[in-house]
Amino acid sequence: MTTFLQIVARDVRLAFRQGGATMLVVVFFVLAVALFPLGVGPETAVLRRIAPGVIWVAALLAAMLSLDRLFQVDFEDGSLDQLALAPLPLELVAAAKCLAHWLSTGLPLVVISPLLGVLLELNGEAHAALLLAMAAGTPALSLVGGIGAALTVSIRRGGVLLSLLVLPLYIPVLIFGTGAIDAAAMGLEGGAHLLVLAALLAAALPLAPWAIAGALRLNLE
Amino acid sequence: MEPVSEFLHMGGYALFVWPAFAVAAVVLTVLLVWSIRDLRRERDLLESLPRRRSKAQPAEAEDDS
Amino acid sequence: MVNWHRLANPTSFLKWSRRVLPWASVTTVILLAAGLYLSLFVAPPDYQQGETVRIMFVHVPSAWMALFTYAVMAGASATGLIWKSPLSHLTAKAAAPIGASFTLLALVTGALWGQPMWGTWWVWDARLTSVLILFFLYLGYIALWEAIDDYTRAAKSTAILALVGVVNIPIIKFSVDWWNTLHQPASVLRMDGPSIHPSLLVPLLVMGGAFTGYFIVVLLIRLEREILARQAQVLRRAQLRS
Repeated sequence: MTTFLQIVARDVRLAFRQGGATMLVVVFFVLAVALFPLGVGPETAVLRRIAPGVIWVAALLAAMLSLDRLFQVDFEDGSLDQLALAPLPLELVAAAKCLAHWLSTGLPLVVISPLLGVLLELNGEAHAALLLAMAAGTPALSLVGGIGAALTVSIRRGGVLLSLLVLPLYIPVLIFGTGAIDAAAMGLEGGAHLLVLAALLAAALPLAPWAIAGALRLNLE
Repeated sequence: MEPVSEFLHMGGYALFVWPAFAVAAVVLTVLLVWSIRDLRRERDLLESLPRRRSKAQPAEAEDDS
Repeated sequence: MVNWHRLANPTSFLKWSRRVLPWASVTTVILLAAGLYLSLFVAPPDYQQGETVRIMFVHVPSAWMALFTYAVMAGASATGLIWKSPLSHLTAKAAAPIGASFTLLALVTGALWGQPMWGTWWVWDARLTSVLILFFLYLGYIALWEAIDDYTRAAKSTAILALVGVVNIPIIKFSVDWWNTLHQPASVLRMDGPSIHPSLLVPLLVMGGAFTGYFIVVLLIRLEREILARQAQVLRRAQLRS
């Protein structure tokens, strides 16, 4: 357990330091969303209508941006080999890395998302749904994205390939995340969507680390 | 209308029915031709390789990791 | 009886495959001729959709094969990972371009059917959307094979990707269906009628058989190519070593 926490703490520290990943991902997220009013015009009705989708698409892209370095740095400097030799099963190492990825990129996105809701004139009830949906959806993005990152770990300039592998798998999170906010914005009960998001996360939680560990082992052999 | 031209006319939908069949024919033919060409190339390549171990069949693609 | 265990050996598989290929080819040609005749001349025009219903005879088998090929790929990937049979990984690799082609066909013929029926080339209909995503899954799988140089690593990585995809396909299908019921424009005509009439079903099934035959023929050809390429690779490496 201490090894697990050490991995998480180390990765989070690295992401926050270095002027590193966290800052860039959050700036990208805000910038990408801010481009939309400039593209489609400042009408409140239009912005409010597209806000959930825009925020979620930007969140998918932002989460994906930082994925390609998730295992690659450790792979290149050999610390992944050491982690594989540690008493901790590789599955748990994978889970720790995904948790760290979420803490350093997913969580900041969740925290900043109300601001974007305000920018896109989302109404009051929808804000709570936005926060909840982001909180339930972004961990799934880190877990599923981790599979893509592990599969492409040995590929130089694997970023584009990574997006091709991962984005189709992100679609369910996009659909239900947007659905939850849409429902709340229309004054409907959005609980069902949130439950599905939670179910997706619950499914990804055991399966993704297993697949990630499998993919990493191939590259360590 | 003549039967042939009536058939080609497809009840006014010729512009959609025939391209659908044509696209299917083209895609499936191209894939088949490519596959055969690739196979031929690979066969020629394997022939051209000097087989030193003529008896040992390298067929078993053993895992090399 | 086919001795399945012996078939897992590439050399005896090639012998078997070369024996089967002519028969499979002849069967496919016969089925295709019959299917084309039935679907172009025998099947009656639909009372609602008119002659455009004939597009169904290439569209629906393509969509079937798009899914079926993925199932073959995932099955082969699983056996490859579990029993480490070299042939399985090569089967999955050989199947992928065929599946991508069928998926592309399903999309293009769907657009050609949609334009006269719905008045638009593309609608974000649940099925079309799912097939589009399936196309991206195929492309990702093929791209991953291309991207990794080492054979064993590529084989196992793509196998994991195929299995991740197969777990996700039902989830994606479910979410797209669900999304679609929310956003479905009311004017859209449903493609699937209440139940399909036998006069349309028989040509459809024959075309389905022809497409399956085509799949087997091209799979055997591509698989032989993959086996030979692998043999050449191993041979070359052995020569380099000695």
